[in-house]
Amino acid sequence: MAVLLLGEVTNGVLNRDATAKAVKAVAPLGEVTVLCAGASARDAAAEAASIAGVAKVLVAEDARYGHRLAEPTAALLASLAGEYEHIAAPATTDAKNVMPRVAAMLDVMVIPEVSKVIDAATFERPVYAGNAIQTVRSRDARKVLTIRTASFEAAGPGGSAPVAEATPAADPALSQWLGDEVAASDRPELTSARRVVSGGRALGSKEQFALIEALADKLGAAVGASRAAVDSGYAPNDWQVGQTGKVVAPELYVAVGISGAIQHLAGMKDSKVIVAINKDEEAPIFQIADYGLVGDLFQLVPEMTGKV
Amino acid sequence: MKILVPVKRVIDYNVKARVRADGSGVDLSNVKMSMNPFDEIAVEEAIRLKERGAASEVIVVSVGVRQAAETLRTALAMGADRAILVVAADDVHQDIEPLAVAKILKAVVDQEQPRLVIAGKQAIDNDMNATGQMLAALLGWGQATFASKLEVEGEVARVTREVDGGLQTIEVRLPAIVTADLRLNEPRYASLPNIMKAKKKPLEEKTAADLGVDVSPRLEVVGVREPEGRSAGIKVGSVDELVTKLKEAGVI
Ligand SMILES: Cc1cc2nc3c(=O)[nH]c(=O)nc-3n(C[C@H](O)[C@H](O)[C@H](O)COP(=O)(O)OP(=O)(O)OC[C@H]3O[C@@H](n4cnc5c(N)ncnc54)[C@H](O)[C@@H]3O)c2cc1C
Ligand SMILES: Cc1cc2nc3c(=O)[nH]c(=O)nc-3n(C[C@H](O)[C@H](O)[C@H](O)COP(=O)(O)OP(=O)(O)OC[C@H]3O[C@@H](n4cnc5c(N)ncnc54)[C@H](O)[C@@H]3O)c2cc1C
Repeated sequence: MAVLLLGEVTNGVLNRDATAKAVKAVAPLGEVTVLCAGASARDAAAEAASIAGVAKVLVAEDARYGHRLAEPTAALLASLAGEYEHIAAPATTDAKNVMPRVAAMLDVMVIPEVSKVIDAATFERPVYAGNAIQTVRSRDARKVLTIRTASFEAAGPGGSAPVAEATPAADPALSQWLGDEVAASDRPELTSARRVVSGGRALGSKEQFALIEALADKLGAAVGASRAAVDSGYAPNDWQVGQTGKVVAPELYVAVGISGAIQHLAGMKDSKVIVAINKDEEAPIFQIADYGLVGDLFQLVPEMTGKV
Repeated sequence: MKILVPVKRVIDYNVKARVRADGSGVDLSNVKMSMNPFDEIAVEEAIRLKERGAASEVIVVSVGVRQAAETLRTALAMGADRAILVVAADDVHQDIEPLAVAKILKAVVDQEQPRLVIAGKQAIDNDMNATGQMLAALLGWGQATFASKLEVEGEVARVTREVDGGLQTIEVRLPAIVTADLRLNEPRYASLPNIMKAKKKPLEEKTAADLGVDVSPRLEVVGVREPEGRSAGIKVGSVDELVTKLKEAGVI
């Protein structure tokens, strides 16, 4: 049986970590073909070809695939679906936008955020903010899935798959890209970082949130935030960790001035080591923290930054 | 322009879901249920468009058990004009899959002919994040998911979306589907007089069968279990002790 996997390509660059984790997840299901689509996608395709376990790479290079618009990419995947039993993608915002559309075009259910592959039709996925793990068995002939990357290791290097052209599908031309507001950063990407330092409402302002960034930079960590910190404008939207933001599972997660609402825990409780810094010793975050430090973050965080 | 807003009745976001002892699912008996928070945001956005003169009518629709009528009343109290309840299940533990919900919503769209559908980005119970996108596919409409800003101008909607890496702005031709993210707006509370008024607003009831939609699930829920637990570790007394522990653990 064969798997078609949508590689995560942004501005011509392959998100290797997310794609390699999805390859690892779907490899037991059959021969894996990775599709790289974008306005420029050849470099990404060459990179995808080097992931161990990839049998073939398809490249669709065309302006219509350039700006993450759902309709053209969904049309492409649906046009290629023919021979594949599984169509998968890492559960990024792009895939969450595209894959349910593909599933409906094929008249099948989408199986989002798969955290474990049991067999060709049976999958585990977290529900209710991770408070329950559901096992579902699909009755559909074709399965469309997104992969929760935090639950899988990345497939290694060493692949040398052949790259072939995919014919672009007709563009329904229903939407148009106007612009991006993307902050460039030298920090590691949140979902693949080995360490993450996150700040909450307690930081109080965007300026003071810099304390979190300083500690993160010292640790070589990515920066995360609670919803409250993002809503208040202390941190950008794509730093939000949680049920409705990003799901992370780094080796080290440091939660600073975050109370530990279930929605936040849903995004980080699979981290290997969790540190909580909070002035309230009753804060729920301490119930899941390996190391808790009770006190004022404005004193403790700069001290920690100086000592690591 | 009519706007259709699908709203789902879900476990209240403050309630921690508990798995039933027999592993068949999550216990929803005697649990506080509320409108899915993303759907409150969707309703609010639709009402604001109407208040700005960009929309003529806001119709809310819910698919599920009869009790979802309460959720629809909440939306009416916020300011929606009328409601449609599509009864598709009779046990609160029976949920309808996004594909079936999308097919039902398509039938409603065919009848009501809205120019815009604003759904929530995801329901906080099953966290599928799928219904809006599926509906867009079935209708052959454009979609703008995870919206943090929405402007309707003539024949297009201009939408800023929350995506990995930051924000993206796109223009989607109407009719279209928009799904609401957390920062689109802050939903209002219904006032007491509006709650009273909502009782008199029209609420039409249909069944999935009336709309000719087969809701039999494609995904069979084989079992539901508790996640692996995580227990509290230790409290450290100082930054020095913390740094020592983290070095011992090999994480810094
Ligand atoms: C539909 C929905 C989806 C949601 N999705 C998410 C999500 O994806 N991610 C998410 O994070 N949240 C999410 N939430 C929000 C969540 O419920 C909480 O409101 C949020 O996580 C709280 O953020 P916080 O911990 O920063 O703030 P608070 O709960 O206000 O906690 C602040 C903490 O800082 C501590 N503190 C204050 N001052 C200091 C100091 N000087 N030094 C040390 N500690 C201090 C306090 O003791 C407190 O524990 C969602 C909510 C809803 C309804
Ligand atoms: C324990 C358990 C048992 C289950 N058993 C079954 C079963 O036996 N049969 C079955 O069919 N399914 C079952 N399911 C549910 C199934 O997994 C569906 O995925 C789920 O109900 C729909 O996904 P969602 O609500 O997360 O939708 P999302 O796609 O996340 O919802 C997004 C948006 O779509 C709209 N929307 C979604 N649903 C509705 C609705 N009903 N009415 C109006 N608007 C809506 C809202 O605007 C919402 O914000 C079960 C789920 C669990 C957890």
